[in-house]
Amino acid sequence: MNPVNYLYLAALLFTIGAVGVLIRRNAIVVFMCVELMLNACNLAFVTFSRMHGNLDGQIIAFFTMVVAAAEVVVGLAIIVSVFRSRHSASVDDASLMKL
Amino acid sequence: MENLIALLIGAPLLGAAVLLCGGRRLDRAGHWLGTLLAAVSFVIGLALFADMLGKAADDRAMHQHLFSWIPVEGFQADIAFQLDQLSMTFVLLITGVGTLIHVYSIGYMEHDERRRRFFGYLNLFVAAMLLLVLADNYLLLYFGWEGVGLASYLLIGFWQHKPSAATAAKKAFLVNRVGDIGLSIAIMLMFTTFGTFAFGPVLESAGETGEGTLTAIGLMLLLAACGKSAQVPLQSWLGDAMEGPTPVSALIHAATMVTAGVYLIVRSADIFNAAPDAQLVVTIVGAVTLLFGAIVGCAKDDIKKALAGSTMSQIGYMILAAGLGPIGYVFAIMHLVTHGFFKAGLFLGAGSVMHGMNDEVDMRKYGGLRKYMPVTFATFGLGYLAIIGFPGLSGFFSKDKIIEAAFAKGGTEGWILGAVTLLGAAITAYYMTRVMLMTFFGEKRWQPDEHGHEPHPHESPKSMTVPMILLAFGSVFAGGIFGIGDRFVNWLKPVTDYEHGHPPISAMAVTSATVAVMVIGVGLAYLQYGRRPVPVVAPRGSLLTRAARRDLLQDDFNHAVFVTGGTHLTRSLVYVDHSLVDGVVNGTAAGVGGLSGRLRKLQNGHVRSYAVSMFGGTAVLIAATLLMRAV
Amino acid sequence: MSFPLLTATAAVPAVGAILTAAVPAARRTAAKWLALLVSLVTLVLAGIVFARFEPGGDRYQLTESHSWIKDFGVRYELGVDGIGVALIALTALLIPFVILAGWHDADPLETQSKRWRPTQGFFALILMVEAMVILSFEATDVFLFYILFEAMLIPMYFLIGGFGDRAHSGTDENAAAQRSYAAVKFLLYNLVGGLIMLAAVIGLYVVAGNFSLTEIAEARANGSLEMASSTEKWLFLGFFFAFAVKAPLWPLHTWLPNAMGEATAPVAVLITAVVDKVGTFAMLRFCLGLFPEASKWATPAIVVLALISIVYGALVAVGQRDIKRLVAYASISHFGFIILGIFAMTSQGQSGATLYMVNHGISTAALMLVAGFLISRRGSRLIADYGGVQKVAPVLAGTFLIGGLATLSLPGLAPFVSEFLVLVGTFARYPVAGIVATTGIVLAALYVLVLYQRTMTGPVKEEVRSMPDLRPRELAVVTPLIALLLFLGVFPKPLTDVVNPAVRHTMSDVQRTDPQPEVPVQTVEAAK
Repeated sequence: MNPVNYLYLAALLFTIGAVGVLIRRNAIVVFMCVELMLNACNLAFVTFSRMHGNLDGQIIAFFTMVVAAAEVVVGLAIIVSVFRSRHSASVDDASLMKL
Repeated sequence: MENLIALLIGAPLLGAAVLLCGGRRLDRAGHWLGTLLAAVSFVIGLALFADMLGKAADDRAMHQHLFSWIPVEGFQADIAFQLDQLSMTFVLLITGVGTLIHVYSIGYMEHDERRRRFFGYLNLFVAAMLLLVLADNYLLLYFGWEGVGLASYLLIGFWQHKPSAATAAKKAFLVNRVGDIGLSIAIMLMFTTFGTFAFGPVLESAGETGEGTLTAIGLMLLLAACGKSAQVPLQSWLGDAMEGPTPVSALIHAATMVTAGVYLIVRSADIFNAAPDAQLVVTIVGAVTLLFGAIVGCAKDDIKKALAGSTMSQIGYMILAAGLGPIGYVFAIMHLVTHGFFKAGLFLGAGSVMHGMNDEVDMRKYGGLRKYMPVTFATFGLGYLAIIGFPGLSGFFSKDKIIEAAFAKGGTEGWILGAVTLLGAAITAYYMTRVMLMTFFGEKRWQPDEHGHEPHPHESPKSMTVPMILLAFGSVFAGGIFGIGDRFVNWLKPVTDYEHGHPPISAMAVTSATVAVMVIGVGLAYLQYGRRPVPVVAPRGSLLTRAARRDLLQDDFNHAVFVTGGTHLTRSLVYVDHSLVDGVVNGTAAGVGGLSGRLRKLQNGHVRSYAVSMFGGTAVLIAATLLMRAV
Repeated sequence: MSFPLLTATAAVPAVGAILTAAVPAARRTAAKWLALLVSLVTLVLAGIVFARFEPGGDRYQLTESHSWIKDFGVRYELGVDGIGVALIALTALLIPFVILAGWHDADPLETQSKRWRPTQGFFALILMVEAMVILSFEATDVFLFYILFEAMLIPMYFLIGGFGDRAHSGTDENAAAQRSYAAVKFLLYNLVGGLIMLAAVIGLYVVAGNFSLTEIAEARANGSLEMASSTEKWLFLGFFFAFAVKAPLWPLHTWLPNAMGEATAPVAVLITAVVDKVGTFAMLRFCLGLFPEASKWATPAIVVLALISIVYGALVAVGQRDIKRLVAYASISHFGFIILGIFAMTSQGQSGATLYMVNHGISTAALMLVAGFLISRRGSRLIADYGGVQKVAPVLAGTFLIGGLATLSLPGLAPFVSEFLVLVGTFARYPVAGIVATTGIVLAALYVLVLYQRTMTGPVKEEVRSMPDLRPRELAVVTPLIALLLFLGVFPKPLTDVVNPAVRHTMSDVQRTDPQPEVPVQTVEAAK
């Protein structure tokens, strides 16, 4: 199968994730969409790795996974503590960091 | 002997330093110290004079080099002195009359609690004036020039608590500074033309440069002279300067400082000789001032201001003579010296009158004082006869020579100048007779002042009358001593060029005309002020009289143009500085502040709007990159 | 290795500043004495520098050189020429008087606690400024100079903003707002200038490859460092802008009246007599030394700006109602003269400008400090609030008058020598400019005498009737300054001896010779 199709899939997933980040209010859903974008990138990296015949892309995909895992830990902790103090998981309600 | 020159200046300078820094401890003896040091200077001057007389006429100039003042690449200014016959004349006049006036001031200022300081300032003046006439280069002359200006400022404003005195002092200094611009530029021109401004080299090589440059230098020097010597158009300060104590008016504003302009022109004779245009302007300035001062002198009721007008007019004679070139220089200086005697004497007499009249200066409130103040009357009277040119007295010899020289100038110019000087002589006789009659003759016109104190005119103490008597001797005999046998001419000949002038009419005719116009002037004044009683309140007078009372509207002109105009200018500049120059800066600051206030709104705290801008930005970047590739 | 004299001259006040700041709160007086002692030791060191400097020797003497930031070729390089020596002497000389004059300026008010510390800070900051200014006169490394040029803003900012003049009209809050406005304006103005200079400094490094003033100047002189004409102009402008802000040159001057008006009199002296001199000094050393061609290219414009400064500053001074602002505008006029002298590019003009820097420092210090004593007695800066002071405090009035006469350049006092040199030097090259500048002498007389008349003469005002005359401490400040003005006015040789060689070097930097007189007169001295 033509590896380009994997790239199309990755682009589709990335777009879905991006749209989700922009239009959803629930922090958990936004977070999942971010994960979706990261994984779309992973898919693209692995595909490029295959297309170019070397392992660079796969190595970077591993890095991305590690970063994503760390991000999940920190991000979920923030979301939970925000939810505890404000009783809401909506990203629009947490707009205190402005002048 | 040369080494004594610095001591001439040093003695009064020491006096000034000690008296001004010494504090109250010196209050009791300060005036004696000041007088002593002025006298020391006079004695040194006499010793130098005696030494000078012992030498051959061409070998009399002495030099003393103290040290290099401003040693800078390509620039040489030294503290060095030159004592020649011209300087010597001035030294004797300054220290001689100066010492007399110091003595006079002991009595005059007796009741002033700041007498010590007054003597300090007087000593400072004497030192600065000596520096002026002894300097061997123009820059050092400038030093003395400003020094006398400072002393004059301090002394005019000596009674600082009177706003009028403080204003007069400031005015004198400022008007003089305008003249100083002239001296500065003249020195700068000399520097760029000759590379130096020492008298010797500049004057020797004056002929080697173009007439245009020399005319420029000459006119600038004339501007300086106008400021210091109160010549039109910078004459306005002299009348106001009479706010100072009378001894100051006598010493500074009659006998010495105001004649510095004449000294400057005569000293720079070589420059003027080679620049006829500048000379012409000098004679015009002299002629105009001569009439201007005389007319103003006729209208003033304040005795000192009338004398100030007269001073202006007499210096006009000297400037005119100096502008005539080699036929006039000597007589300018001769008139300067005789004028120093009789005008100082007249001022001291006026001071004596004021002393006896509770400081009243209005002549309309005098009258008949000859009975109360015989000595003052006699000395003042001799000064009066001298100034109007009564035959045989000193003013006659010097003024007559100037009138002769003016006719000898030749051509239409000579006739005009001669006529002006004759007219001036007539007016001089008129206004001086007026002063004399209003003060010493007629009925007494004084009344009790608002506190009920009636003045009790009395003769002044010895310390005041003795200097007056000595000056009266000078007024009577100086002219004869100088004039008969051309003694003064021979004395000054080695310094200033002299050529004998040949007036188109005989000298005898000129002399007769001078005496005739004098008699006419005296007669007119007698008809007006001697025959009829003098009203205590001044009559309204003709248009000319009223204008003359206001110094021929010159002050009004200055006020309208320079004071009012200047005030508007500075006010508007302050506004411009605040609103425009600073406004641009503050405006920029406000603009940056406003812009950041707008930009701040973008930080609304909504995560999703930040996300949109991130995506948008990334999209734009990618699009731009692709576009660049495509191109 | 010899004793690092130049470093020591700057290090002593720097260390002294730290020690002064560390004095416990209660020992306020000890801190003052310590600061005074430190400034006197610095004065002695500066005196040694002056004495060790040989006018006939190398251009830069007492040099020190150490590597600092190797990667960028930044070196800690010091050396003084005659101009630097003169200005170091001026700075070291003025600081003890500034400290003495400001003895009580930072004392706590009755309402403040005894543990109030800023008194120590005030004197520590003054010493810090002294250290930085002295080092900037010594630095021959462009980068080192730049750092000092900027760093001295920090202590100055706190001195202006933190210790304002207690005499003010209006409420305390109002005064505090004015003060912080003045301080921020000072800082921003100078920072903008400094940033533009930073760009030029980096540009210079890119072109020249190092920061050493001596090396770059040498390379430029022997032709091994070619610089495109436009590059040189841009770099020149970058440097000049910063110096013109600091100097200050019209129209970049408006921070000075605010800063001098709001600061205490000693700090105002520090600004105008000491810190601003770094600007004019740097014009001579960096603008003319590094970019001679561009300097010549810019001369006409700068001469015009300097003339505007002279006339405009004096005219605006006449219209001021505030004593300290009047002195500030007078200073702007005087800085116009200094810059005019520098860019006239004649020996007389540049010697005059250098002497002017020193003389203006002394004369402004005398006038401003006496004005400060006057203001502290009455509690007002407005001229209209005074009158007849001469009658009640004659010594104060007399010293004020001498300060004023020095400001109007009366012969016999030091500023005359420098002003006349500047005028002659300018006239020789640009006659019209010389004549325009000459009008400055009338305007100076106007603002000085008007100020004196309104404050000191006339009937005694009720509010000043009980005004005390100068106290011994105040006399100790004023007397030496006046003595110095008189001495340098009659015998400026000690200064001209060190300045002349430096001027000769600068003239050869810019490759200009003096205009020759039309009819040169062979004087006896010249023949020798």
